[in-house]
Amino acid sequence: MSADNNTILVVGGGMSGLTAAIEAAEAGAQVIIAEKEPYLGGRVAQLHRYFPKLCPPTCGLEIQFRRIRENPRITFHTMAEVTQVTGSAGEFEVTIQVKPRCVNDRCVACNACAEACPAWRVNDFNFGLDKTKAAYLPFDMAFPQKYVIDMSSCTGDCGQKCLEACKYEAIDLNMQPQTHTYQVGSIVLAGGWELYDTSKVETLGKGQVNNVITNMQMERLAASNGPTGGKILRPSDSQPPKKVAFVQCAGSRDENHLPYCSYICCMASLKQVTYLREQDPEAEATVFYIDLRTPGRYEQFMWKVRDDEKVRLIRGKVAKIEQAPGTDNVVVTVEDTVHGRRLKETFDMVVLAAGMVPSTKYHPFALPLSYTPEGFIIPELLPDGVYAVASMKSPLDVMKSNEDATGAALKSLISLSRR
Amino acid sequence: MAMEERKYACYLCKGCGIGEVLNFADLAKVATREAKLGLVKEHDCMCSPEALEMIRQDVAEGVNCVLIAACSPRVKFEEFDFPGCIVERLGLRELVAWTQDPENKETQALAEDYLRMYGAKIKKTNLPEPYKFEEELSKTILVIGGGAAGLSAALFAARNNYPVVLVEKEAELGGYGAKLHRATPTSYPYTQMQESPVFAKIKEVQAEANIQVYTNTTVVKTAGQPGFLDVTLNTNGSEETIRAGAVVLAAGWKPYDAAKLADKFGYGASPDIITSLQMEEMAKQGKIVRPSDGKVPESVAFVLCAGQRDPEHLPYCSDICCASSLKQALYVRQANPNATAMVLYRDIRTPGQLELFYKEVQTDPGVMLTKADVTKVAPAPGGKLKVAAKDTLLGDNIELEADLVVLATGMVPATTDEPVLNLEYRQGPGLPDLELFTGFADSNFICFPYETRRTAIYAAGGVRQAMGMAMAMDDGVGAALKAIQAVEHIAVGMAVHPRAWDETFPDPIMQRCTSCKRCTEECPFGAIEEDEKGTPFYKIARCRRCGTCMGACPERIVNFADYSVDIVGSMLKSLEVPTEDDLEDDEEEVPLRILGLVCENDAYPALDAAALNKLKFSPMIRFLPLRCMGSFNLVWVSDAFSRGVDGMLLLGCKYGDDYQCHFAKGSELCNYRLSKLSETLDKLGLEADRVQQVQIAISEFDKLPKIIDDFVARVQEIGPNPFKGM
Repeated sequence: MSADNNTILVVGGGMSGLTAAIEAAEAGAQVIIAEKEPYLGGRVAQLHRYFPKLCPPTCGLEIQFRRIRENPRITFHTMAEVTQVTGSAGEFEVTIQVKPRCVNDRCVACNACAEACPAWRVNDFNFGLDKTKAAYLPFDMAFPQKYVIDMSSCTGDCGQKCLEACKYEAIDLNMQPQTHTYQVGSIVLAGGWELYDTSKVETLGKGQVNNVITNMQMERLAASNGPTGGKILRPSDSQPPKKVAFVQCAGSRDENHLPYCSYICCMASLKQVTYLREQDPEAEATVFYIDLRTPGRYEQFMWKVRDDEKVRLIRGKVAKIEQAPGTDNVVVTVEDTVHGRRLKETFDMVVLAAGMVPSTKYHPFALPLSYTPEGFIIPELLPDGVYAVASMKSPLDVMKSNEDATGAALKSLISLSRR
Repeated sequence: MAMEERKYACYLCKGCGIGEVLNFADLAKVATREAKLGLVKEHDCMCSPEALEMIRQDVAEGVNCVLIAACSPRVKFEEFDFPGCIVERLGLRELVAWTQDPENKETQALAEDYLRMYGAKIKKTNLPEPYKFEEELSKTILVIGGGAAGLSAALFAARNNYPVVLVEKEAELGGYGAKLHRATPTSYPYTQMQESPVFAKIKEVQAEANIQVYTNTTVVKTAGQPGFLDVTLNTNGSEETIRAGAVVLAAGWKPYDAAKLADKFGYGASPDIITSLQMEEMAKQGKIVRPSDGKVPESVAFVLCAGQRDPEHLPYCSDICCASSLKQALYVRQANPNATAMVLYRDIRTPGQLELFYKEVQTDPGVMLTKADVTKVAPAPGGKLKVAAKDTLLGDNIELEADLVVLATGMVPATTDEPVLNLEYRQGPGLPDLELFTGFADSNFICFPYETRRTAIYAAGGVRQAMGMAMAMDDGVGAALKAIQAVEHIAVGMAVHPRAWDETFPDPIMQRCTSCKRCTEECPFGAIEEDEKGTPFYKIARCRRCGTCMGACPERIVNFADYSVDIVGSMLKSLEVPTEDDLEDDEEEVPLRILGLVCENDAYPALDAAALNKLKFSPMIRFLPLRCMGSFNLVWVSDAFSRGVDGMLLLGCKYGDDYQCHFAKGSELCNYRLSKLSETLDKLGLEADRVQQVQIAISEFDKLPKIIDDFVARVQEIGPNPFKGM
């Protein structure tokens, strides 16, 4: 390893970014992680479980955080974005802007500021299903365990109640953005993804029809640290749904929306069927799919769900989703292509399997890169010393993201040692 | 750190509500008089810069054993970092302040017991001194398999300046990737077939100075330990032994035996029913013809999932055959623009960007696609073939006629039939428990995908999971990184994943060893071998420091610098156990004393999460983290019960096929040991139910109060320990 510049910048602190960073650090590099949220863990932290073993994601994340705690070669910045990159492989200069958290390192997560704060904000961690105060902890297992003050939701006129309530001098309402500049040898882009906005698919009723939610909202409902303490309840009346439809390819594999396939939504919906069935052995689940994509060893996971008597897997494109008149129930119209007929059925709740949009679609990186029309990075055209991981190139599941990120760690190390 | 050198200090934090719930004067008494920690200080906020400065001052003046009685070790880790000192963290905040009732006098007793426990621990714990190997370690990466994954692994390890030995059993490098006519698209715009990327890789490998290539070579034996592997290779009958540090197993796959598909799919009944591999060979030679009469076919039927996704053949899906068959459909069409290619599928699996290729293929009017559950393929009159199917998009039961039928058969890993590695491990020559993955050398952890349970050996590519070439090449790079990490860590006496920071190592007191070999059999990683006399010994470089051996040993001879049977035993024995003599007149029952041994990986964070959510626990239970439930030693039960403790609750990760245990077998072994214990407990009049293991996931913090309450209730039902006070 060259003594010159032994530092790698990892943009994004989700599972892929953490993996790339930690693996590289454990192989000897110095690593800097820049994460735009106030916590590390990205989308994985928002999942209830992942397949095929249905493990809790905080378990995998906990190992990562322990490795970070024990490794002096890793530095991370949250609420950080990379605003400028100059130079080339082996000698990049990167500028990271850190937004003010308005809470400093003295924070002990006692919750006093949140209790005192009178202002509310939409909870993006729970995909809008509930609210938090403007002073909040992103979620219970948030790492770092520090509160945040969302200044855009702060009304500014309560007399600084948070400051008053804090006994640890941890609130700093005048905190300024900070700029950090680093010399790094290589860069790993692990910016992750956002959920496609299914309200753009008019036939699917998102935002118009009650009790139509997204797959990520379903994850949050099922999670013990979610808005309902882990109970799957439908939004309109907080009742547990007895009959749920899962609509695959909601806005995916569609020329008018996302032409590609997001890889894991079939498995994710099947997994969510198990959540529902575990909560209520009487509940029924129906999955409407075009192709059931459960590749490799996931096939056997699919069999377990398929063999559940109260689960139906129906091949059919969902043509329309509407409210059942006078109720909060949802009517789904489907083309059952195998039997050549149209189905119309009423459900208590519908879950749309929405696709993954790379974060670069709307927030390109601060260096000139080549993107596909859908916003994915074209890896063959990346400049030397810059690597893209996982969903930056193509939608992937957590397992393959980890593999890809481990490989990216090696590629970025090679960039350091080459002269 | 020898006893004489130790200078203790205990720092009691009053912040985060701890001060409101406890009597600090009494805590200080326990710390000084009972735990014998020479210096005891309090502060309103121990993590504040001012308090930390105070501690650093004390350290500068000679304190080297620091007990921070404040918050969980999982937080404020940058703050409570005192290089060169032994630092113990006691989370009074989570374990007491946030989870206990301030009005209950048992709360104070709980905190005082914790101080006793951690006071006992800090006396015995030592700073790790990394293991130093006498020999110099090899950093050579051995790559077994010269296909897509192996070539990739070799190249990237070599480019990172590691010497590589690449071993390939065939005469030529390239594996199945080199047998392709064209490859499915892997680069933008993802719609066009490409030249197989393997050919470029072969050239790069041949040009790379750091890679030594052996062809016509297999691995006869892999002996030694990571860093010092002595691998015997056989090239055309002559043997040679090389030294390597770590291994990437990229031995690939072979096609499922199509002869097994004679019944349903008619393989063997006609030469015109072929496999996708045979189709690829024809395409590569530029002649797609019917094997029977050499004529160019006008209609070719592709039957997907032939002998796959089928409990009677391969229960899994081979990932790439959908895309590969679509590709071959294009071959047929390009060779004969009049031909029709019919693709009969159960599901078309072209995930991610491959979807764009699927769309592209659909624009070819000569490619016909239908969902179909193929029920039979058989010869038909006129030298044709008929394919019967149900549940199709064309109608319920159909029969199609074709000139040629291509069966997309599955991929079977090389490790199905033979160990490949031929490891010299007492536990066996191959990788363990591959039935979990139908023979693939896969990992049961999505968070550590390259884990094989054999240290410094990482599987990649088709031998690990059914995958296409592009994925296999990426996989090889990841496995190469893990191999590099392994040699670098072992070189400095550090463990590898999942305790990648750990510089302790198992140091057994061999004089007391009775060679029962429980450690040897139970080690999930096969790190312990036996010598000619049958005495176990460690191959330290294989060790993951989980402590399963420590838990298994009935003589308690295994110790780590900061973790041993004696350290935990001392903590258990330090409790103050009230007896009837301590009852005041108005009390009826002796308060119970219960120990909770918890896995530090999942159960302990769950405790923290419960605490953050301000859930309440019974004050009877004292928690103590373990590296893994596998390190649970049965002697702790007698230690605890002889002290008068009433019950012991073990909280650890799930075991079984979907195991969560980071060390694969730890929690399962703990459960197994407990089952041996129940009879003894019953005979002693103690009752088996006094010791129970509960499986808990890290996210199940909300279940903890009930788990604890139920256990306490059961112990109350059984009654206090009859040996209390004896």
